[in-house]
Amino acid sequence: MIVETQQARFESLDLDCGETLRDVEVAYETYGQLNEDRSNAVLIEHAFTGDAHVAGVDHEGKPGWWANMVGPGKAFDTDHYFVICSNVLGGCRGTTGPASINPATGRPWGLRFPGITISDMVRLQKMLIDRLGIERLLTVTGGSMGGMQALEWAVAYPDSIESCIPIATTARHSAQQIAFNETGRQAIMADPDFAGGDFYGGPPPARGLAVARMVGHITYMSDESMREKFGRRLRNRDQVSFGFDIDFEVESYLRYRGAQFVGRFDANSYLYITKAMDYFDLTAGFPSLAASLERATCRFLVLSFTSDWLYPSYQSQEIVNALRARNHDVTYCELSPNYGHDAFLVDVGEQTEIIRGFLARCLRERRQAGVRA
Amino acid sequence: MKVKEVLGRADYALIGEMIPHGSRVLDLGCGDGALLLWLKEQKSVQARGVEKNRELVQKAIARGVTVYQGDLEESLAEYPPGAFDYVILSQTLQESRRPLAVIEGMLRIGRHAVIAFPNFGHWRVRIAHLFSGRAPKTPLFPHNWYDSPNIHFLTIIDFEELARARDWAIERKVFLSGDRRVELLPNLLAEVAIYLVKRRQ
Repeated sequence: MIVETQQARFESLDLDCGETLRDVEVAYETYGQLNEDRSNAVLIEHAFTGDAHVAGVDHEGKPGWWANMVGPGKAFDTDHYFVICSNVLGGCRGTTGPASINPATGRPWGLRFPGITISDMVRLQKMLIDRLGIERLLTVTGGSMGGMQALEWAVAYPDSIESCIPIATTARHSAQQIAFNETGRQAIMADPDFAGGDFYGGPPPARGLAVARMVGHITYMSDESMREKFGRRLRNRDQVSFGFDIDFEVESYLRYRGAQFVGRFDANSYLYITKAMDYFDLTAGFPSLAASLERATCRFLVLSFTSDWLYPSYQSQEIVNALRARNHDVTYCELSPNYGHDAFLVDVGEQTEIIRGFLARCLRERRQAGVRA
Repeated sequence: MKVKEVLGRADYALIGEMIPHGSRVLDLGCGDGALLLWLKEQKSVQARGVEKNRELVQKAIARGVTVYQGDLEESLAEYPPGAFDYVILSQTLQESRRPLAVIEGMLRIGRHAVIAFPNFGHWRVRIAHLFSGRAPKTPLFPHNWYDSPNIHFLTIIDFEELARARDWAIERKVFLSGDRRVELLPNLLAEVAIYLVKRRQ
């Protein structure tokens, strides 16, 4: 199934920082058919460096980032559900971000792009969903930063969603999570090619961005999965080099992933989006997380992974216990794949059955409620 | 062997008898959610479960039951007082580390508690112990002492004594041997006891 990325344009978007963005573009893809009563729409939120291409294959034959979960017969079965995925605000894959042209100057925004938040991203998605004519989503889901957006949806637009599936995520970034993001940002800004963010005419800060990605990749894996995947194996040699060329497989892998990332991701987007994650705090302005989550009315399915040390299970349990403290309808399961934070993308075996069952129930009960009303 | 296995689905009907239509129900140690699903379908209850075993939790979610994967005893503290009309503890009382705290917790978050447990006073247990001189093994308690999940052994008399001491009101009780009800000499003849209790106001 070849999917076409579509564009939607909005006149303006008010941001949490107080500024207003003009001429905002959103890249999105859809899969499956919206049913007659518009009750089967599922919004999938991508993680930090993802994009709108969640499933199927694009024109270059590239599969979607969650193709193992979204498609005919998959957990998010596109024979039954209408799936929507959009690139986030501040991104670089078709939605307005720091690499876009500032309409006021005719030049790329760079660091003059206003600061953004997770709730800004969600506000823009809500505008997209409204434009698609969908009043109420069957579910909003995503892993990692996608999970933050899903949580934000639950409290910001409680009447617009039936259920929420936050995966491997948190209600607020911890010091450790902020620290890793800051390390990435500093690596980018330390690159001489960064040029204060105005690198669009010349070479991008490739080394800085690659190092940031290398650190990121380490945090996405687990000690166990790295041991299994690389161990101490040497790369194309029998003995160590006593130099600083590549000795180990793991070095080769990280350099490759770093270099590959530079080709597809904008360094300024990296800065803006990681800041948005660090600013995310569902408890802000509330005495407790439970008090904040009182705004939510939807049913929840919260998933975490035992091997995920970047978004450890205790952060998911915090969300779950805040919901349980008011006897909210929340289901929680800690899954066992050992891939670390990446598990939600890589090993979807356990996720699949759970999500399929949960969604079927949501749709069934929504229809029953519809019949009663 | 678990109480549920002994009872087959007889305990569904019995527990179902105790739980009115539309109640808010929490099943502690809900397994794959079969009882909750049954109560949802038959009694339109608002169903919640807690289960420790990951695979069972996954089965429960896949069949559409709201379930929390976690420790039963820790879980009790997470719910607000009076969150449920009925809190069910089927088969796990004798496995909990602090059974008294569990029941007190159930009566804190629920208006009523449904507690089913295997009766250690059953004649087979008594005879096994008397004649073998070993930790008793019976169809209901089939484990060796060193690998048994059961860590507290209680009888019907024990439970009722505790209920008196803690001032719980016993609203209903049902005794079973296999799937037959036992009316006479329950502490000697019943394999399983099911109690509906509440806190005396």
